[in-house]
Parts: sequence; structure tokens; C-alpha cells
Amino acid sequence: MAAPHSDKIPADKIPVTVLTGYLGAGKTTLLNRILSEPHGKRYAVIVNEFGEIGIDNELVVGADEEVFEMNNGCICCTVRGDLIRIIEGLMKRKGKFDAIIVETTGLADPAPVAQTFFVDEDVQKVARLDAVVTVADAKWLSARLRDAPEAKNQIAFADVIILNKTDLVSAAELREVEARIRAINPYARLHRAQKCNVEIAEVLERRAFDLERILDIEPEFLTVDEHDHDHEHGHHEHEHHGLKHFHDEDMQSISARYEGDLDPNKFMPWINQLTQALGPSILRCKGIVALKGDPKRFVFQGVHMMLDGEPQREWKPDEKRESKVVFIGRDLDEELIRKGFFNCAA
Amino acid sequence: MVEDQVSLTQHVVPVEAGAHVVHATFLDGQPVLALADGVIWVNERRVVAHPEGAILAAASDGKWLVTGGDDGRLVATGSGGPSEPLADEKGRWIDAVATKDGAVAWSSGKQIRARDSGGLVKSWTAPTSGRGVAFLPKGYRLAVAHYNGVSLWFPNAAAEPTMLEWKGSHLDVSVSPDGRFLVTSMQENSLHGWRLSDARNMRMTGYPGKTRSVSWSQDGHWLATSGADACVVWPFKDKDGPMGKAPRECGIRPQRITHVAFHPRALVVAVGYADGLVLLCRLGDGAEILVRNSAPDAGAISALAWDSKGSRLMFGTDAGAAGLLTLPA
Repeated sequence: MAAPHSDKIPADKIPVTVLTGYLGAGKTTLLNRILSEPHGKRYAVIVNEFGEIGIDNELVVGADEEVFEMNNGCICCTVRGDLIRIIEGLMKRKGKFDAIIVETTGLADPAPVAQTFFVDEDVQKVARLDAVVTVADAKWLSARLRDAPEAKNQIAFADVIILNKTDLVSAAELREVEARIRAINPYARLHRAQKCNVEIAEVLERRAFDLERILDIEPEFLTVDEHDHDHEHGHHEHEHHGLKHFHDEDMQSISARYEGDLDPNKFMPWINQLTQALGPSILRCKGIVALKGDPKRFVFQGVHMMLDGEPQREWKPDEKRESKVVFIGRDLDEELIRKGFFNCAA
Repeated sequence: MVEDQVSLTQHVVPVEAGAHVVHATFLDGQPVLALADGVIWVNERRVVAHPEGAILAAASDGKWLVTGGDDGRLVATGSGGPSEPLADEKGRWIDAVATKDGAVAWSSGKQIRARDSGGLVKSWTAPTSGRGVAFLPKGYRLAVAHYNGVSLWFPNAAAEPTMLEWKGSHLDVSVSPDGRFLVTSMQENSLHGWRLSDARNMRMTGYPGKTRSVSWSQDGHWLATSGADACVVWPFKDKDGPMGKAPRECGIRPQRITHVAFHPRALVVAVGYADGLVLLCRLGDGAEILVRNSAPDAGAISALAWDSKGSRLMFGTDAGAAGLLTLPA
């Protein structure tokens, strides 16, 4: 079901940020922080629990997370029915807000929210998914990754991870939890925080789902951002070198790089079939590919079985034409995926 | 094609609605618009029905216009007087409204309520959010569209509602004027129908987009629908409805149809498009008459209503434009 890319993203589509995080991680703290900062922006906020938001905002909408299966024969194709309805309703207030923030419940799977933006034409016309932001509790995340599949999904799915409550753990514990996050999702932006004190710009307007913005796909091991640890001198120096390497038992990221062109007649069927066959296990995928005979970079991304891809900018004369793909998912057969990918070589 | 048409554009008086037109109607013969900014436009007069709120849903019975807002309020507005609050859902959005003979029904999330003409309110909790509500023509009975089907509820009976099941997310619901058929629009760009006598299912598919506007011909024999680049009109005359039959199509243009309204007496349907154009199409021979031309930034037609005699047609767009056509005598 490779969806054709709808069209270029016009500037006036409302950005939608999805805020996930396990129970007690600090989602509401982050939300209150976003709403109370003097950024001059107006947000419509879709929440599950009325009354938790401490900020007076006329555009707080209460929602029941209603995850609906689509009648298209694809079991992992679920959407948030309530979100479709609410976005339609919010458009009656067009011009009264600049962005939408969707707060999900602690046990929610982010996939149906993301898939809503791939599946529903009316939603696509007016809104665009900006990023999935996951708030994680530095003290408890390691335990939750062991006993709560929801928490693992939220980490695997994230474009931005806010590792909150870092003041409650030691430097060693922090290194460990970061390594566990990286074992699942090495590609998300990771920010350390206390009481969710991150720059709002690191959370909103990320354009993580904008194909035009997929410039490079590199693990972010070396780019841990730590502007917020002013009072904890001394230990960060060593952290980057001492990053432990973990292997998560059931959730992995697989990446493959081929230094050259792929054959479009092999690659397109392969990526379509792979995401059809392994869709339920693949949470996210992304790629930048050099297709033989095409002066433009082909970029794609996907959520489960939904794929969105299009030619992007041209390869620069001094840029090496190469092809990279990454998959984050559960019980993925690395051997099979890598073999299939390299078979697409032109 | 449109250039050669007979045109009624000179018989249209433009109306500056100023906000997304959610609903058009006539109350005591006066043209009325419900606007997204909470205002009811009554023949050049403006009534603030939802201060600080947006109107999400509206329905009217010719006497009263009932509007539900994102302020959680349900308000009735007549042609003469000010607005009268009917209910307050404490800030929870009211997503759908239906009226019949002085009775009103509405949905607010899973909460479904019906208020009879005497003001008595009954409540029922749907399994998932109620997306569409419609009264059945006979008796005091309500159809509620939700995920995986439609529930038929007698507000005055203690019994649990009967459910018509069909997998998927059902949006709007409509009942034929003779009460024989019930039709919903669905998330998957299709319509689903039931013959109410035996709950037999019928699927109407092939739409490129969602159908969010349907209209029954006055005799109940035809159902005009939006959601395609032609107005798709399904035959419901026979006892099997449209089963095994091809629909008629009229008003074919390279533009998505966003709203439809059958004339109250003739087999003529008013068809509104995403580019703001409005046509009248005669079902018998497909003849077309232009009511309003498209214009850049005019918005998509979001509301259409005939008066009871069928001599005037009110239309509005989601960009705040509107107009009133008076057919030449």
C-alpha cells in the first residue's frame, strides 16, 4: 500500500506534534512548559484527561483515544478516529491557532496517530505530522523497557526523546539508560532534562516527517545534547567515550549502506514487498537512495506498512552517490533485510 | 462545458457571511446561515449564538435552527428572537445534531442525548463516539452512527438500542424519507446502507474521497451524494434499493463535489464543488444550469439549502462566501 506522496507541503498546513511517554514520565510537565513560555504561538491541544493542564487555554480539546482499524485488509493499519474528527472540528477555528499538540495516554502506541496522517485525505489536506516526541523517565525507563512493551514502542517510534528527571540518577545510571535507548533507536534526537527543561525549538517544528528535510541518516550517538546540566560539572567529559553498548532483545534498528546506485526496478518492488510482509514488525523506516539514471536523491519513510517516498534534491557534484536505509522494529531478520537490500544494487 | 450552460448567476444575491458556513437553511421563509465563528446570520441580521465558540454541527426543522458548538453548548435560534440555550455539555464538543418535530438529538463524544418537544432529555452512552445522528421518520427513534455500525435507539424505551453492525468507522447517517433505508458514510470513502425491514447490507463504493453530504429526493427514490467528481445518485425506488444497480451521475467536472441538495419538489439536485461552483442538475436528462461560478479563494461549497417551495437556494462556502438564488418566476 505504498501511498503516493500527497504533494509538496504547503506552508499553511498546521503542524501536529505528538507527545508520548510512559505514565509519570513528565508529558504534562512538558505540555505546561510549552504552553506557558512566551513564544507568541497559539496551540490547540488535544488531551486525554481534561483538567491536568495548568494553563488556561481555550483550545484544549478532550479526546477519547479511539483506535480504529481500516477496512483495507491490513491488520496494522489503524487510525485515531477521534483525531480525524477533532482536526476537522479545529479547522472551523482556522487562523486562531498555529499548531496542534496531541498528548497521548501513557500506554498508547504512537503508530495509529502517525498513520492517521498517512491514511486520511482530509487530515492530510490541512495538517502535517511534525514529529513524535517521547518523554522518558531517566530513573524508571530501563525497568519499563523490560516490562512494558508500550514504553519500548514509544522510544522506538520517537523522532525526539526527552530523557527527563536526570537529576534523580547517577552519571553511571544515566549512561546506561541512554545506551538502552540507543540500542532501540539510535536516530532520535536525545535531550537530557530535568522537569522537561528543554528548548521549545527542540520539540516543536522539527519537520521530522518532511521528506524534503531528510538530509542524512546517521545515528546520533555523538550528538547528545546537554545544555541543561549546568550544575553537574565534571562528568560529561567521559560520557561520550564510555557509552555502553546494549542489545535489546526484541527491538532493533537495522541499517544498511551501499556505496553506489540501486536499480529502481529492483529497489521499488523490494521496499514495497518488505514493508507489506514485515509491516506489523517495522515501526519506522527511512532511506536516502541513489537510483540509477536519476539525478535526484530518492527519499522515503514509513510507518508500519505505510510508505511515503519521492525524489528530493539533486545529488551534488561533490557528493558521493550512495544508498542508505534504516529500519526500526521488532524481531527483524537483519540478514534477510540486508541481503534483500544489497540485491537491489544496479 | 460550463460556458455553454444556461446560467442563473444574475439571479443570485451575494451574501458576505464572513466565516466558514457550516449550515444553510430557511426559518419561517427567511434565509439563515450557521457560521463557524458562532454567529447565526438571519437575513442580514447577526445573532451571536455561541460567544467565543465555533459551531461544529447544525440542523433545522424550518422553525428552529439548532447548533452545537466546541463550547459544549446546544443552542436553538428562531427567525425572530434571540438564541435559546438547550443544553450544556460542560465544554465537551457537540459533534452532531438532528431535529424532528420540535425534538432535538445530539452527540458529544460517546454521550448521546435526545430532548423531546416537551424538553425532557434522555441519555445513552454509545460504544464509541457518536459521529452522526438522525431521527427516523416514524416515531421517536434515533439512529446513531459510530465505529462498527449504527445503533437505533428509542429514547423513551428502557431497552438497549438495536445495532446494525458493519465493520469500520461510520461517519454521517441518513434515513430515507419513507423510512425504508438507512445510509452511512464511512472512513474508507464508501457508503454503507441497510434495508431496515431485514437489516440487509448494501455497500456503495468507488468514491475517490469521503462522502460528507447526501440528500434524498423528495419521493425517497434517489440519494444524491458528494465525494466524487460527479454527483453520484443511487436508485432507492425498488425494494432492494441500489443493489446490483449502477448509480446515475450528473454534474461531471474535474472538481470534487463537496455538497449536494435535492430540490424539494422536482428531480433536480443542487451540486456544490470544491472550487466554489454551484450547478443545478436535472436527473432525467442531465441538463445543467450554472448558479455560481468558481472563483479563486472562494472556498469549497460547505452548505446548500432549498426553501420549502423550492424557489430559493441558499449556498455558502468554507471561506465565508455565500449567496441566495431566487429562481425566476
